[in-house]
Amino acid sequence: MDFATLLQVLDSTVRLATPLLLACLAGLFSERSGVIDIGLEGKMLIAAFFSAAIAALTGSVWMGLLAGIVSSMLLSGLHGLASITFRGNQLISGVALNFLAAGLTVLIAQDWFSQGGRTPSLMSGGRWEAITLPFAESLRAVPVLGPIYAELISGHSILVYVAFLCVPATYWVLFRTRFGLRLRAVGEAPEAVDTAGVSVIGLRYAAIVICGLLCGLAGSYLATGLQAGFVKDMTAGRGYIALAALIFAKWRPWYALMACLLFGLLQAVALRYQNIDLGGITIPVQVMDALPYILTVVILAGFVGRAIPPRAGGQPYVKER
Amino acid sequence: MSDTAPAIELKGISKAFGPVQANKDISIRVMPGTIHGIIGENGAGKSTLMSILYGFYKADRGEIFVKGQKTEIPDSQAAIAAGIGMVFQHFKLVQNFTVLENVILGAEDGGLLKPSLSKARGVLKRLSEEYGLSVDPDMPVESLSVGHQQRVEILKALYRQADILILDEPTGVLTPAEADHLFRILDNLRAEGKTIILITHKLREIMEVTDTVSVMRRGEMTATVKTAETNPQELAELMVGRKVLLRVDKAPAQPKEAVLSVKNLRHVDADGVERLRGISLDLRAGEILGIAGVAGNGQSELLEVLGGYREGEGEVLLNGAPLPLRGPGSDGRARRAAGIGHVPEDRQREGLIMPYTAWENTVFGYHHDPAIQNGALMNNAAIRAEAAGKMERFDVRPPDPNLAAKSFSGGNQQKIVLAREIERNPDVLLIGQPTRGVDIGAIEFIHQEIVRLRDLGKAILLVSVELDEIFALSDRIAVMFDGQIMGERSPEETDQRELGLLMAGVTEDPGGDAIAAVDKSLDEKEHRAAGE
Repeated sequence: MDFATLLQVLDSTVRLATPLLLACLAGLFSERSGVIDIGLEGKMLIAAFFSAAIAALTGSVWMGLLAGIVSSMLLSGLHGLASITFRGNQLISGVALNFLAAGLTVLIAQDWFSQGGRTPSLMSGGRWEAITLPFAESLRAVPVLGPIYAELISGHSILVYVAFLCVPATYWVLFRTRFGLRLRAVGEAPEAVDTAGVSVIGLRYAAIVICGLLCGLAGSYLATGLQAGFVKDMTAGRGYIALAALIFAKWRPWYALMACLLFGLLQAVALRYQNIDLGGITIPVQVMDALPYILTVVILAGFVGRAIPPRAGGQPYVKER
Repeated sequence: MSDTAPAIELKGISKAFGPVQANKDISIRVMPGTIHGIIGENGAGKSTLMSILYGFYKADRGEIFVKGQKTEIPDSQAAIAAGIGMVFQHFKLVQNFTVLENVILGAEDGGLLKPSLSKARGVLKRLSEEYGLSVDPDMPVESLSVGHQQRVEILKALYRQADILILDEPTGVLTPAEADHLFRILDNLRAEGKTIILITHKLREIMEVTDTVSVMRRGEMTATVKTAETNPQELAELMVGRKVLLRVDKAPAQPKEAVLSVKNLRHVDADGVERLRGISLDLRAGEILGIAGVAGNGQSELLEVLGGYREGEGEVLLNGAPLPLRGPGSDGRARRAAGIGHVPEDRQREGLIMPYTAWENTVFGYHHDPAIQNGALMNNAAIRAEAAGKMERFDVRPPDPNLAAKSFSGGNQQKIVLAREIERNPDVLLIGQPTRGVDIGAIEFIHQEIVRLRDLGKAILLVSVELDEIFALSDRIAVMFDGQIMGERSPEETDQRELGLLMAGVTEDPGGDAIAAVDKSLDEKEHRAAGE
């Protein structure tokens, strides 16, 4: 494999890791507050659809983004209503949202566009344009570093940069601010937060709003950045992979970045090398495509060391003495 | 002083949970700069009353006055604003936060943590010097001893500038030396003009530290008296409403041969922490061996390994024959079949199935006994009849085997468990916390039953965190600390002080400076735990 190919694989790793990273950080906020969110998938999916649909109708990718975020936040709000206000089971609520999103997107798509549950392909203006960072072309001649800068770092859409900036931002919010302290506390010991005179419910809703926002970005990027339009079930399990990455990362932002890059790399490799010929034995494309999912199973089965989740995760808060 | 407004005055507080009247028309005045005890049995309504004062529950009727001002306390925020701080029985701490983070949580000064943290560091330093509340601000709370965690709770309240401090059963989890230290801190706080409300069911503590004491019974305030003008016997009668025996009548033990021999028993729990670190003991027929210790020092694990709930390593001989400690034949059913009865520490989770009826609960663990089988089916009629007899003999009230276990009071639930284990006539009986959450009347009965079993020549291993109970029942006392047995004493030749030191891991008498020695030993344990 030459240097150019390596750069190409890494470049698509970054693109493919972006939606995972956004969803993973979304889950991080939610789960750190003690609300397990299996509905990342559904939120991404609905955001992908509305982003693509509104972008197709208005011709503006920004309007699409806004629609994606709003739709994702609405689903988040439903999850909050069911699992925080009415103290329902968080897993069931999340699964229900996934089904809701899977059905609703295709139904509305068919009604609006009559293209078999997809949106029309987006023209330029409806998609995110690549941003060329300053001096990318002039520095290309510099050996090694030049191509890395021009190929790998420059030339992504704005959401990619937003996603990567979200990592230090999340770290800062979580560990350097009052909100972060309270958020972490409410996922570990909500009774401590409550007796300190801070609203458990308020904090959890705040976390869920952030989760909806980030899932909206993730879905939007899928349909208007990575691809040019919405197709049925286009998230393809990315929400679950993001959850696996979150566990792998032990609910920490920088580790989340590493985990998502790893999953992104596997997806990039699968895209690039469809059939690998290992001297007589050919590894079929299906095996390569399955790699990220296999890693997910391995991680969830606990082969990567013990991950201790936030202690109050999954439990609705009920006051008791 | 007589014209000072009370720090807290409650007038006609009532609170009902469904049909249960937890507080009935309660009025109380707590004067500033005093330690006011509130004593009562479990379920007397003490905690409910304090939860109302701290804004956890809303009273159905009644008024609250703080420093003479009528105050509404709809939530904890309001209680904190009124200068009330509470130290709960079950600490409200974030385990993986540092002491500092726990202290500032909810009382931060601004959006960023840094200024709050450095301010809190200074305040904590001052508070710890002023009141003897020293604790390392950068330690994660989970690696602190229970006594130190309690200090963090007190610091939390003081950091919020509470001048009225409520402590709910603060000594339940402390060694006697730690409790003494706590009382010294309370003295300091009182000297600084703080008001302290101490909720407890231990008469000794009330006599030792309070200025005034209020007694609660069945949701009512039955009396408020000056501590100096009362005595434990009178308080006990006020609590229970009748004369009670505070001591257990028993003849000297007649121990025979060893029935259960434990040699170098070890246990590592699921988190990889070594909970039992080489336990050896002999339990003889016709004696009660009491295991004293502060909760969480391996007593639970010892009971559970012997009872077949957990696997262990080492050697356990029952009547000379080795018992398997792991794999087949090491479960609770096999142990019971071999003659080891077990009254678990937590009767509601391990001793009973709460939604099941009393008669069903009287056979669990023995339900494979051919005597109660009818071919492939259970002979329910026989079990029910047998259950009715057991419940009568153990004075379970109401004596109705068809009631669900959860509808009995704590004391009667415990009697059902005892009836199940004792009536099967085991050679060895393991008993954990026999009277936790049990009212004084039932305690009397349960203690007599345990002594009766001993006099029948059975071997009894008693684990209790109540030192009074250990003293009252045991023929020999072994003290556990950090997974090891620190020493064995006869109850006649030892005292609370010596046992208290052993419970904190101090084996040699340190002379005058007992508290320093205890602190040192507990610090060492903390560091061992932090290292793991």
